[in-house]
Amino acid sequence: MLAATIRVTGDIDVAEECVQEAFARALIAWPKTGVPNRTGAWLTTVARRRAIDTLRRRTSQRRALMSIGVPEEPSPPSESELPAIADDRLRLIFTCCHPALSPETQVALALRLLCGLTTSEVARAFLVTESTMAARITRGKKKISTSHIPYRVPVASELPTRVDAVLSAVHLVFTTGHTAPSGADLMRRDLVERALDLARLLRALLPEDGEVAGLLALILLTDARRQTRTSADGAILLLSKQDRSKWDREAISEGRALVRAALRVRPAGRFALMAAIAALHAQAPSWEATDWREIIALYDVLLIAWPSPVVALNRAVAVGIADGPEAGLTALSALANEGQLLGYNYLASTRADFLRRLGRTDEARVAYDEALALCENEVEREFLVRRRRALDS
Amino acid sequence: MSEYLVLIYSDEKAWESSDPVSAEKMMSKMMDEHRVFGETNGAALRGGNALEPTSSATSLRRDATGKLVVTDGAFAETKEALGGYYLIEAGDLDEAIAVASQVPAPYGGVEVRPIRVFD
Repeated sequence: MLAATIRVTGDIDVAEECVQEAFARALIAWPKTGVPNRTGAWLTTVARRRAIDTLRRRTSQRRALMSIGVPEEPSPPSESELPAIADDRLRLIFTCCHPALSPETQVALALRLLCGLTTSEVARAFLVTESTMAARITRGKKKISTSHIPYRVPVASELPTRVDAVLSAVHLVFTTGHTAPSGADLMRRDLVERALDLARLLRALLPEDGEVAGLLALILLTDARRQTRTSADGAILLLSKQDRSKWDREAISEGRALVRAALRVRPAGRFALMAAIAALHAQAPSWEATDWREIIALYDVLLIAWPSPVVALNRAVAVGIADGPEAGLTALSALANEGQLLGYNYLASTRADFLRRLGRTDEARVAYDEALALCENEVEREFLVRRRRALDS
Repeated sequence: MSEYLVLIYSDEKAWESSDPVSAEKMMSKMMDEHRVFGETNGAALRGGNALEPTSSATSLRRDATGKLVVTDGAFAETKEALGGYYLIEAGDLDEAIAVASQVPAPYGGVEVRPIRVFD
């Protein structure tokens, strides 16, 4: 809705105001007229008309032309008025992910403007304070408007270089939805769906791009496990405990086909490699029968393509399974001083798990406390609390 | 349409440290490149100049009491200094980047800044 309105206003702040006003009008109109069948379309139409009014008023002010008439009350949108929402979203993501913005700003804007996360949720996704994030978003919007960063999909010649930033943003949208940074639910389906839509759109736009295929595959293969990630009472089920017969076979086969396409492009990029790892999990008949050696080997290649402490942490988890918790701890110890992982609860919770399996109960307890102090997702907290409690029995 | 200033930054030391013959050659090559740039982008160009080196700069500022203080040199002592500029007109930042990417800047790069519009 915001994306469609920005197309009219060309200004993010004005568009945000128009969208808010559309919601306000709905609060007044809907109790009287009933809730329309296509609520999203209704709101978008009202917001865009409001935007057109605003623009008209500005133009007339500037040119001192005759006054415009009384603004019309919104009527239900006709089919022809329904905006090409998909195109607008794609335009908006290329604006948000313009290389003239810092990478941190790009993803922050994408989450805020495309996915409607609150500033505080975006801040948690980035492990920074809310005021830092608010300042970052404001600066980003200001730069878009003062520098006239265009609101359109780049021309073919610029496209490949612009795609990587977009993929990073979409991936972060997905990971934020896959495990919500805070709140009562493990997942935020809306964000996952939004990331999946965006990845599909990019795939349609760039069918030859290996990384686009890789990202779409990664999302499909990871999200294929959505039904099995929690038990009936909402508690976390680890990969080793999940009922693999309930995984989404259709998503897995689509994902695996995409991985094959992604790996045909050389050298393999980070999303293609991450998707290849996800594919190994998806096709393994059981936790025990998973090809951990191949997974570690893929992580090694991934660390070269994309040196990141988070990747190194994931590799350490795989080492801990393939070679035992002692080897896992050794792999983790190299990461203890990584500044990027300081606010990251998975480092502490992984260490806690290795210590627990080694019977080093006291140290495990301290590590669980550390992880709990950093974890704000209630479902994950519940899991950590249970694990910690089990140490005492 | 919006106006952008394309600021050309270059490493003056790298320029000075080359021997006179190759500096001469470099200079005439660069002048040719700027001529080509001007011919190619005439429609977007609104102005432009080369600047004398930062050693010729004079900085003016006021101290805490409001008294004018004149010092020699440029404001910022960085490796790359402002060496020239073009004023261009472009529809949006991508168009401005497309023009600015053609500006010859062998010892550095260019910075694109929107011209501020006061209401």
